[in-house]
Amino acid sequence: MIFSEQWLREWVSPNLETQELIDELTMAGLEVDGSSPVARQFQGIVVGLIETVEPHPDADKLSLCSVSDGAESFQVVCGAPNVRAGQKVPFAKLNAKIIESTDAKPFKIKKAKIRGVESNGMLCSSEELGLEEKSDGLLELPEQAEVGMDIRDYLQLDDTSIELDLTPNRGDCLGMIGLAREVGVIGRQDVKSLEFKPASISIEDKFEIKITAQDACPRYLGRVIRNINLNSESPLWMQEKLRRCGLRSIDPVVDVTNFVLMELGQPMHAFDLAKLEGHIDVRLATQDEKLELLDGKEVELTPDTLLITDARKPVAMAGIMGGMATSVSDQTQDVFLECAFFAPLAIAGKARAYGMHTDASHRYERGVDYQLQQTAMERATQLLLDVCGGEAGPITSAVGNLPEPVEVALKYGSINNLLGLEMEQVEVKDILGRLGFALASDDGEVLTVSVPSFRFDVTIEADLIEELARIYGYNKLPQTGGLGNQSLVSKPESHIALSQIRQQLVAQGYQEVVTYSFIEPSLADTLFPEQPGVALQNPISVDMAVMRSSILPGLLSTLKYNENRQQDRIRIFESGLVFKLKDNDIEQAPMLAGLISGSKMPTNWSNNKDLSDFYDVKGNVEALLSMGLESERYDFAPAEYACFHSGQCASLSKDGNIIGYIGALHPALQRKLGITASCYLFELELGPLQLRKLPAASELSKFPEVSRDLAILIDDDCSSGEILSNVRGNAGEYLTDLRIFDVYQGDGVAKNKKSIALGLTWQHPSRTLSEDDVNTIISNCVNGLQDKFNANLRN
Amino acid sequence: MADPDSLLAEALQAIEDSSDEKSLESLRVHYLGKKGTLTALLKSLGQLPPEERPGAGERINIVKQQVQQAIETRKTSLVEESLNAQLSSEAIDVTLPGRRQSQGGLHPITITIDRITSIFETSGYDVAEGPEVEDDYHNFEALNIPSHHPARAMHDTFYVSPGSVLRTHTSPVQVRVMEGGEPPFRMICPGRVYRCDSDLTHTPMFHQVEGLLIDEGVSFADLKGTVIDFLHAYFEQDMPVRFRPSYFPFTEPSAEVDMGCVSCAGDGCRICGHTGWLEVMGCGMVHPRVLDMSNIDSTKFNGFAFGMGVERLAMLRYGVGDLRTYFENDLRFLQQFN
Repeated sequence: MIFSEQWLREWVSPNLETQELIDELTMAGLEVDGSSPVARQFQGIVVGLIETVEPHPDADKLSLCSVSDGAESFQVVCGAPNVRAGQKVPFAKLNAKIIESTDAKPFKIKKAKIRGVESNGMLCSSEELGLEEKSDGLLELPEQAEVGMDIRDYLQLDDTSIELDLTPNRGDCLGMIGLAREVGVIGRQDVKSLEFKPASISIEDKFEIKITAQDACPRYLGRVIRNINLNSESPLWMQEKLRRCGLRSIDPVVDVTNFVLMELGQPMHAFDLAKLEGHIDVRLATQDEKLELLDGKEVELTPDTLLITDARKPVAMAGIMGGMATSVSDQTQDVFLECAFFAPLAIAGKARAYGMHTDASHRYERGVDYQLQQTAMERATQLLLDVCGGEAGPITSAVGNLPEPVEVALKYGSINNLLGLEMEQVEVKDILGRLGFALASDDGEVLTVSVPSFRFDVTIEADLIEELARIYGYNKLPQTGGLGNQSLVSKPESHIALSQIRQQLVAQGYQEVVTYSFIEPSLADTLFPEQPGVALQNPISVDMAVMRSSILPGLLSTLKYNENRQQDRIRIFESGLVFKLKDNDIEQAPMLAGLISGSKMPTNWSNNKDLSDFYDVKGNVEALLSMGLESERYDFAPAEYACFHSGQCASLSKDGNIIGYIGALHPALQRKLGITASCYLFELELGPLQLRKLPAASELSKFPEVSRDLAILIDDDCSSGEILSNVRGNAGEYLTDLRIFDVYQGDGVAKNKKSIALGLTWQHPSRTLSEDDVNTIISNCVNGLQDKFNANLRN
Repeated sequence: MADPDSLLAEALQAIEDSSDEKSLESLRVHYLGKKGTLTALLKSLGQLPPEERPGAGERINIVKQQVQQAIETRKTSLVEESLNAQLSSEAIDVTLPGRRQSQGGLHPITITIDRITSIFETSGYDVAEGPEVEDDYHNFEALNIPSHHPARAMHDTFYVSPGSVLRTHTSPVQVRVMEGGEPPFRMICPGRVYRCDSDLTHTPMFHQVEGLLIDEGVSFADLKGTVIDFLHAYFEQDMPVRFRPSYFPFTEPSAEVDMGCVSCAGDGCRICGHTGWLEVMGCGMVHPRVLDMSNIDSTKFNGFAFGMGVERLAMLRYGVGDLRTYFENDLRFLQQFN
């Protein structure tokens, strides 16, 4: 909400500078978002009277005016279309200064010749004074304006518009009266009460009101006002007050209802009486009802929408916006004024459901004072009659189920419990009293107060204590040294923290990235065509419309982004949740994914520039697996999966369950995505990687190790995994190490065959293994390979 | 019979001229070996008259010792020379860079979360995590934000289906922990959160760390102490911290926390919008209704909760200017944190 500081000070004026007032408001929980002067800085501009207007001899669009500043007359050339004799307008005299913005140099009015005619000053529009962004003519001042008076004084322009960012619980501060009450409490000052003389009732006309929705509409007041003059204009002081609160002047009726909205926080609406039929009924919408709203939009009403209807049709969306058909127009003579209290629950969320947000809905959602309607109606009537004339009928009213008055009990002891502060009982009662809480009872231990009708956010003891803390000042409240834990906390050693896994990757040259959890649907489809995506109902843009089912699309996008920025060596990883649709449920699993591309090692004087390949990424993954001390539970197997190269993809299983995949990006996809270099990926479930076996030490053998190398020729489609597992099965229980140290194809090896060199090591715990022992084992191994794979020893 | 003195002169010269250990060894054999010339000279002593033998023998032995000595000396110096030659031939440019894998690194968001976490862990806070697609109940209802509540408008929620949302804060994790356990609780919940908002100062995904402490006899004073201690620990500065009344449906009283600008020390600068203050956290005493809904006896237990934006803390700590750079993942940006 935006308000005028000057207007606030008409109600209560604490002895504070503007900035101090702003700080006090912020520190009391009414956060000030910004402030700005209500006009440009200028000097030397007075109320001028245009005495005569003649056409400029040499220019059609210019006029020659004689302007009086009360003392003498000046010849001024003016280009405004609305200039006429007898008008009072802002007159910038010679040497007047206008500062257009804070950084700009002052603009000085000088004697000038315009198309050959001398001009001694300038007549101003509201745009030139900085009252409006844009205006198309001179600012006309009222006839009563005193000629020669400084315009700053006349319009009281030394004022600040202050913008509040109110929290949703403080609907009571969405009007000057509520804001003044709050400022009064902060400054411990009394606040002026609203004083005006209600209009007298001069006609008997009434328009009947019925409330069908008794809960949603606890109170509805109406009044007929006849013979208003819509050609009149709202007084300048009213327009100015509205302008400084961020509201444009529209017509006198709208201005008056807006004025009451800003002054009291009470939304009102005026209907064209001639267009209403029968009576008013406040009820919920029925199926298939429609309403064309003031802004020209036609909406199909849902049955939970509260409506104002007449005998035949909906005429307004209650508490949100009036209808077009019954709106006040320049033909209107008689109006029916509405002033109602709609229950917050009946309005909350409704405007949003229709994609709307209005000053009225904003206030009704948060709660409008349900005792305010009579006052607001009288105030609006008085103002309307002052501005447009007319005759007022009696107020008619209907009442539904009004809120029960709320009483809240406060144990004085609870204040100390919750705040750690002893507060004097006198002070407690003073603060609550100023805030409008009425004392119901007080036995010295428990204070019971009734909550004022404008506060919808106070229902429990803690709410009252917050009010006390707020006014006392949060910063003055005591503080302790914080609460430390006294007991020691155990950390399971069988759990590998994600931070350790990250560090392992970092040590291998990986850079962590964080990509969005929502991705482009087409990218998801391209990479994971089989996986149905979890789509957002209201994505922020088309390229962020589905939840990722894999981290890989994010990594590939990151690769591309960096390739486009001349990065040719990339090693990145990310961990996080992925989202998969499974039997109408959304499965959210923590995953770890990585990508490498470019050379194995960073460019260096001593390195060759070998490019990374499958075995680099596999080695990185193996390093992660080794952290769990149970590498033997994992198994890599050839696989075909999603976006991976069919010949360079492996599944990784733990105890036979697949926990992820590693491999090269499919070359077709690489081309499609416009990625230059080959890249290698892995994506694994994080859970299994985080389990660690507790190390169990065994005694070391004192006897020597025996090693043998074995070279075999074998069909080249036999996987190393199969060969190793076959050898392991035949190499006896004392095998301590088995590794492949060479793989060869080419000269000397038949086509479709490969040569594999194996290194085996044994050690017996209690004796030295003999040559015979080892020879027997070796021949078992060779026979095993022969039987299973038709392999031969290589000579 | 050869003259020992001329043999000595010849030998000393030859030893002096020898250039390596091998030729030196052959000189030793030549003069001192079993068939060496000096050995032969000794053997030929018998041909001399007996009275000359002692004199000549002594003379030959002296020569032999001198040769022996000369060979040893030469040998030491040759070893030294060859070691020097090896050292000098093996000298390298030690200023060339070492050979290694590149330096990886963590994302600044992770660095920040880890730092926040480690500070709270020293005070016995556990780390809890939860789902990011969250049901309406845990994200809103259980936090005292019913469906009609105006606070929902502040959240700009992404919907996956009518009853399920992308969590708008990490508070639902606290609800899940409270539902599943018995107080006391002290925990922090870091993680991704989502709001349908994107401009210079908002990204539709960002990170929060929320904290919760539930125990008996907790007061706002404890909350203030904890928050102030944390900010001082995190920024390693004792800057002023102020609490402003605010509103969150799940806490009562609620507060916004501002700290003195770390960039200008409160004088006012671009970073703090010339106010000298930076808004860094929201917090409050847990609303009794929130406790009751999670089956915690609010007449016995109470506590506080606080929440902070990770990107914001990282921006202030590391001087990151534009929020969006966190998720562009430009390696040149990220590597500044390695």
